[in-house]
Amino acid sequence: MAEKVLMKGNEAIAEAAIIAGCRHYFGYPITPQTEIAAYMAKRMPKIGGTFLQAESEIAAINMVYGVSSTGKRVMTSSSSPGISLKSEGISYLAGCDLPALVVNCQRGGPGLGGIQPSQSDYFQATRGGGHGDYHMIVLAPASVQEMAELTIRGFELADEYRMTAMILADGTIGQMMEPVSFDFAIKEAPEKPWAVTGTKMERAHNIINSLYLVPDVLEQKNFERYEKYAKVAENVALAEEYLMDDAEIVIAAFGIAARVAKNAVNAARAEGIKAGLIRPITLWPFPEKAFKKALGTAKQFISVELSMGQMIEDVRLATECKVPVSLCNRAGGMIPSPEQVYEAIKAAAGKAGK
Amino acid sequence: MNYKRITLLCGHYGSGKTNVAVNMALDVRRTHDNVVVADLDIVNPYFRTLDSRDEFTHAGIKLIVSSYANSNLDMPALPQEMYSLVDDRRLTCIVDVGGDDRGAVALGRISGAIREENNYDMFLVINRFRPLTPDAPSVLEIMHEIEAAASLKFTGIINNSNLGAETEPETVLSSLDYAREVSRLTGLPIVLTSAEKSIAEALSGKVDNLFPLHLQKRPVD
Repeated sequence: MAEKVLMKGNEAIAEAAIIAGCRHYFGYPITPQTEIAAYMAKRMPKIGGTFLQAESEIAAINMVYGVSSTGKRVMTSSSSPGISLKSEGISYLAGCDLPALVVNCQRGGPGLGGIQPSQSDYFQATRGGGHGDYHMIVLAPASVQEMAELTIRGFELADEYRMTAMILADGTIGQMMEPVSFDFAIKEAPEKPWAVTGTKMERAHNIINSLYLVPDVLEQKNFERYEKYAKVAENVALAEEYLMDDAEIVIAAFGIAARVAKNAVNAARAEGIKAGLIRPITLWPFPEKAFKKALGTAKQFISVELSMGQMIEDVRLATECKVPVSLCNRAGGMIPSPEQVYEAIKAAAGKAGK
Repeated sequence: MNYKRITLLCGHYGSGKTNVAVNMALDVRRTHDNVVVADLDIVNPYFRTLDSRDEFTHAGIKLIVSSYANSNLDMPALPQEMYSLVDDRRLTCIVDVGGDDRGAVALGRISGAIREENNYDMFLVINRFRPLTPDAPSVLEIMHEIEAAASLKFTGIINNSNLGAETEPETVLSSLDYAREVSRLTGLPIVLTSAEKSIAEALSGKVDNLFPLHLQKRPVD
């Protein structure tokens, strides 16, 4: 597909997954991510893949566990309440060091909440969600093009580090339509000598298991996993920096919030306010270096979020609270307007000027 | 364009039915009283005609939409007022039908009365740059599915080929052969080629039956 096509964010994820070699999709419908399943249902049978609508989200994530054990690229997708259901399975994936791609096209919560876009699963995505000491690699696309690119990156990172990669999108990016190019190089999936593919009586058999009843063995497993996480933190963290060379008022925003914030930063610049934007593309690992660097000029950070304020904690940790960090937000499915963010920048600039 | 009493807009989801419906309603209103826009989209609760409510109110156009649209309820409910489309023949109606065959099922509820009155057009909205309808045979497949679900036959094609904000006049020009091939395969005429206003102006004289669209600006653009 050299020519651009016009796609919904959800469709771009599905097509990119197919390009990445994913031939197994298991899911259960939920607004606002159902187009992923609908697209897979149409495409997978035509390319010899498997689309299966499971009886529940819990069943779907356990099917992911099964296919991942065989070394194949596999994914599932859902929206917030469905991800809560999948969280047990995600913890099991982590406990077995199995790679997988999980998409969360977030909606407002808690509980059943609503169907409009939200970013209130940030804690769940970056802090676990399921039980035990583990992390996922969390990628936050801000355009339909990035939905495609980060899906492919997600599969690559998942295989490289034997982790679950999560695409943390939201209802807006999932639903909005933008032109997409699929003209990018795909890395071959690495060898997976750990996979259960049949020994052919030529090797010892592989075991996929997360049960370790001997505590010092389990402790050692956790130590090793965290050494791996340290490498991921060093190698994978990524952010886009926009007008950050001299930024005094620094917006931190990811995904759709960053799109809105960029308009506000431009408006502030037009008024002579030195505003800039750091857009974390990986939420875990959090791109701390970009924030530490910003401390050279920053007088205040503003975290713009579609939640009651979750990423703001990582902004404070990364900046060690050396300058004030405030919140500009909407919740429950509402999106901040560029004007609301601009007013927050103006107020911060006024305070910083005194 | 000469509008029939009822104009039905159907097509693959994401083909641009809602944008065409909104602009068509405003166009009909210039020559007709008692204009009604009905949103029968039970598939997608995002981005709907309801987003244009203020514009419709200002233009004196009545909007019929599910009371759950744009709410936080994911309810595939049809508005009960949809029966007025066929019961009240003083109305001139533009009907935005949901995507694919699943969306067109809703239309099946009133298709008997529409056929009986026989004063309607049903247009197939197509976009060459949608990934699942890149060629005429794939359009034909979806067209047959929609006709089966709606129990109505199409009467024409609207070529709405576009690449969103990246649409150029060449984008539309490169879709003309595609639209002609769909027309040849289906035997349906291309009644309109729709494009954003500035693009349509640039195409003036090069494309027949141009229909300029005024598009809403989004806060994330």
